[in-house]
Amino acid sequence: MTERPQPILEVRDLRVRFATSRGEVRAVDGVNLALAPGDTLGLVGESGSGKSVTLRAILRLLRSNATTTGEARWRGQDLLAMPEKRLRALRGREIAMIFQEPMSALNPVIPIGVQIAESLQAHTALDAAGRRRRAIELLDLVGIPSAAQRLAGYPHEFSGGMRQRAMIAIALAAEPKLLLADEPTTALDVTIQDQILKLLLRLSRELGMAMVLVTHDLGVVAETCERVSVMYAGRVVETGPVDRVFTAPGHAYTDALLRSMPHGGVARAPLRPIPGLPPRLDRPLQGCPFTPRCAYAEGRCGAEAPPFAPVAPGQEAACWASDRLARREVPA
Amino acid sequence: MTAVALAWRRAPVSLVAGVVILAALAVCALAPGLIAPYDPLAFDYGALLQPPSAPHPFGTDQFGRDILSRTIAAATVDLQIAIFATLGPLVIGAIVGLLVGYYGGLADAVFGRLVDLVVTFPFLVLVIAIVAVLGPGLSNMYIAIGVVGWVFYARLMRAEVMVLRGQDYVSAAKVLGYPERRILLRHILPNAARPILVYWMTDMALAILLGSSLGYLGLGAQPPTAEWGVLIADGKNFFSQAWWITVFPGAAIVLCGMGFSLFGDGLADLMDVRR
Amino acid sequence: MSKAGLIAARLLQIVPTFLLIGVVVFVLARLLPGDPVSAMLGDRASDEAVNRLRQQMGLDRTIFEQFAIFLENAVRGDFGTSIAFRVPVTSVIAERLPVTLALTGLATLIALGLAVPLAFVAGLNANRWPDFLIRSVFQVGLSSPVFYVGLILLTVFAAWFRWFPVGGYGEGVADILWHLLLPAVTLALSFAAVIMRNLRASVLEVLNAEFVDFARAKGLSRRVILTRHVLRNALISTVTLVGLHAGSLLGGAVITESVFAVPGMGRLMVDSIFARDYPMIQALTLILAVVVSLAFLVTDLVQMALDPRVAR
Repeated sequence: MTERPQPILEVRDLRVRFATSRGEVRAVDGVNLALAPGDTLGLVGESGSGKSVTLRAILRLLRSNATTTGEARWRGQDLLAMPEKRLRALRGREIAMIFQEPMSALNPVIPIGVQIAESLQAHTALDAAGRRRRAIELLDLVGIPSAAQRLAGYPHEFSGGMRQRAMIAIALAAEPKLLLADEPTTALDVTIQDQILKLLLRLSRELGMAMVLVTHDLGVVAETCERVSVMYAGRVVETGPVDRVFTAPGHAYTDALLRSMPHGGVARAPLRPIPGLPPRLDRPLQGCPFTPRCAYAEGRCGAEAPPFAPVAPGQEAACWASDRLARREVPA
Repeated sequence: MTAVALAWRRAPVSLVAGVVILAALAVCALAPGLIAPYDPLAFDYGALLQPPSAPHPFGTDQFGRDILSRTIAAATVDLQIAIFATLGPLVIGAIVGLLVGYYGGLADAVFGRLVDLVVTFPFLVLVIAIVAVLGPGLSNMYIAIGVVGWVFYARLMRAEVMVLRGQDYVSAAKVLGYPERRILLRHILPNAARPILVYWMTDMALAILLGSSLGYLGLGAQPPTAEWGVLIADGKNFFSQAWWITVFPGAAIVLCGMGFSLFGDGLADLMDVRR
Repeated sequence: MSKAGLIAARLLQIVPTFLLIGVVVFVLARLLPGDPVSAMLGDRASDEAVNRLRQQMGLDRTIFEQFAIFLENAVRGDFGTSIAFRVPVTSVIAERLPVTLALTGLATLIALGLAVPLAFVAGLNANRWPDFLIRSVFQVGLSSPVFYVGLILLTVFAAWFRWFPVGGYGEGVADILWHLLLPAVTLALSFAAVIMRNLRASVLEVLNAEFVDFARAKGLSRRVILTRHVLRNALISTVTLVGLHAGSLLGGAVITESVFAVPGMGRLMVDSIFARDYPMIQALTLILAVVVSLAFLVTDLVQMALDPRVAR
């Protein structure tokens, strides 16, 4: 880690608990993340693993039934501890976020142009004419044709892909330094998915913007990200450069995940679904949470949580079986 | 019993409050003679227009009749209104809604126009107009309300059935070749019944408001029948000097309406019905 | 369909609606007990007079011809002569219609003025004490009959405090307002309860909508989010609600006008029933239904203007 530059975002021991009618749910349970300027991090895991909650917790967008602890340092300042007013100045200005469903994330009764302009109004000194000019520029930038005419359009008048582009344009309005993207392509057709990913990549490069991309699709991560963190049961179980993690996983869960994917990183291996279900998060977990589903599990896995340890340069994993994965050495 | 105790503890507060209020009113309605201290119709010229006091907690009217006894006696009539004015519409509306929603087609189109038409007439105005044709009185009021009221139940039922019709288990029942009667009664009706039952509670509250309003206007229950609206109409000319003749029967209406609303709200919570 | 097309289609819809209203009122009139002629002339009229009136009213023709005559007269605004007033029904109603419209209009404004801010307070404080307090008060309002609330307000503010007249209608705007304020408040309370309940639910729904999360993620201030994103969306559903309740508002006006002796259409309706003034009842029923269908029309048009999603 020492060769990496100073991180702009550093999440330490992030925990989110939800008070529900059936008791407390630990949706995020000790997550650590670090992001350098311009870095692209993929955050992957099954649904319910806490990826989206982690993103929303960083910007404090969770509902009042959530309790968040830990730190999320943005250029040294803890986002989780600062007053709402200062956080509001950072939201959209330095850290922007896009959502999975543009149809529900965009206000259905407000024209797209106004939804861009209000962001500009909050974060820039532009006058109305300037905001309009900039809004057209932004729609151009994300590849929406005849941008000037589309400003007056409402979300339902856009196609799915165009809506997602519009949402990206809104998020980019104030030229943020970090984009949190919550499954931005999941709701889209495969061909459009690809266009949107390419767009996000191009924009992050052109604007020097860092990005956290939450997805359950390993293919998307392989295509777009430099680094990846794998989440399971509210924890990050492995993190490292995408090419390393996908070819030589350090955690048994990453390994299983890759094998379950039709075009996973591991070449031509037979497709193997992961047996069992993720653990319930409304009770305390002992040991490694993946143990009951793990082919490599051994005695201590269920009793003692493995420490987060380096397995290769820049790659860390919390797995007792890291060294056995490559040799396919399954306990008898 | 433990199951009942458990259900009671889990029940929404509004449901419990509604049950308590309605149970108290039901006791008044079923056995007014047991609770009422006086004969509700007995004149007492020695105690005219008495303010509330120990012997007459709700006071007396211009004929010396005991207001508490009259308010309790009126519960019988008003709860009867709540049930009689809504039961017919409930049953007819449920049947029509079930058939129209399930079979659709021309009947559904005609029904749609009918709903549009009925909602164009102010409900009270239409009921008053029908009462004008039939003549004032309780039974004519039930007919007048029933002629219009079933449409709202049918509309609700139809919407619910339309949703259920497309559900997998209904399609499965069809594929299995179950007779339609069985599909309708066994598979669709029980599931579609919940919103209509919740609405029934709201409608009973509305029926009491409507019934007492007609009673007040002189178009519903006829004096000397003790009915809350009639009692209020009786007392309105004395309101400035003897507020108690009017205020207590009115409070009974409010309480009763709240009982049905709270019960309905609780039921909606319990059955997970969106309104 | 384009927006203009939708509006045109909606405007055309009013024609069959009016026709059906006519059918209902016509059928209702035919259901009257006894012969309308003897009802109008009384039992002691001469045979000659009865026959003349029967002919005049077209009662000797077929039912379809009668309906055609009825419609033709209705379109011309001719509903016959009032039995009670002995003048054309239309001229009596023409005096009363503005009174009822003023009363219901004022009541709507008061109801909105009460319900909209309180619905926001309740929705923003969901399940905390301001919410419980507001909901409890309105629950009582919802369960209180209009005539009861009216009598209490009348006694307290008109009879005891003498701040307002005990009834009637005024001359000139200020006087009319002074006369109508208590009745309008009476009528507004239960309406406000309905609006509050629905608007609170839709405020809650909007607050939980993802576009509010996105608005927060954009760094918008709470004020902008509430006024631009929440209010606008929640009010669209309220417009529909207000329109849909035009009927129950007019129904409430019947009772309110009776309690406060306001010389509007509602009081006229009740008086006409006791006077057996059947032509008047018929005309009032028809006109009130037409007023409601016009209110529906206006609601739909306003909704089309406010909600871009309506044009599909």
